Amino acid sequence: MDSTQLLLALSVALFTLGLAGVIIRRNAIVVLMCLELMVNAVILSLVTFAARAASASGAVLALLVFVVAAAEIAIAIPIVLRLVKQRRTLDVGAYAELKG
Amino acid sequence: MTHLLPLYGFSAAALTGGVVMLIARHPMRVALALIATMLSLAAIYATLGVHVIAVFQVLIYVGAVMVFMVFIIMLLDTRDPSFVERYSRLLVPGVLVGALLAAGLGHTVASGLVAAPVNPAPADFRLQPFSVEFLRTYWLHFELTSVLLIAAVVAAIAVLQGRGGRRGHGGRDG
Repeated sequence: MDSTQLLLALSVALFTLGLAGVIIRRNAIVVLMCLELMVNAVILSLVTFAARAASASGAVLALLVFVVAAAEIAIAIPIVLRLVKQRRTLDVGAYAELKG
Repeated sequence: MTHLLPLYGFSAAALTGGVVMLIARHPMRVALALIATMLSLAAIYATLGVHVIAVFQVLIYVGAVMVFMVFIIMLLDTRDPSFVERYSRLLVPGVLVGALLAAGLGHTVASGLVAAPVNPAPADFRLQPFSVEFLRTYWLHFELTSVLLIAAVVAAIAVLQGRGGRRGHGGRDG
């Protein structure tokens, strides 16, 4: 197994673990962290291909994805805090009416 | 094959962190496992020769995002039922979906569709071409991300301050 294939397999494994965590975990903060794990897995595959091609554009794209992920977490945490303030629980099952 | 040894080691560490994230009970342990995973990924990037990205990974993710996360966990009430009971009712379908996705994507990776022979490229990545390309070609994108960050900060403040939805805010909309 060469390094590209190894890192892509790792990316698949981390993405799957993150997705499973988003679905099965109960705590909202843990769900957010599993989302971060998924973003990290995607960035890993992006960087793997960028490093293989020695592409500066790929590294720039990875940097921009970092910033977008930081913005995402900066807006997700206040939403979670607000939900907790309203309902006094972090259990995502308590917000079932958000299904619409 | 010896040059692959660090990659295997750091991959194993990252994978272990990901598994611990699924089974740890307290969110603080999950956060520490995620930090371990991110540090392993940063080490993998450094091994690949993409040191810029490794530095960004440590500075942005571990230094900013995870510190933020750890502070939030400390703010929360640990008597919450979600701190005691780990899994929701979707445990079985979630594991099934994860296994299916892993099988599908893993088959694609293992079948070698994406594994063209690796050129000895990692040493070719240099900071200077990256910086030149970054500030010559992609300066507009860079500025747009700063606008995005400001929008996120404003939105975060608005979400935290908006009491009861309508009162006090929204007055400037009309």
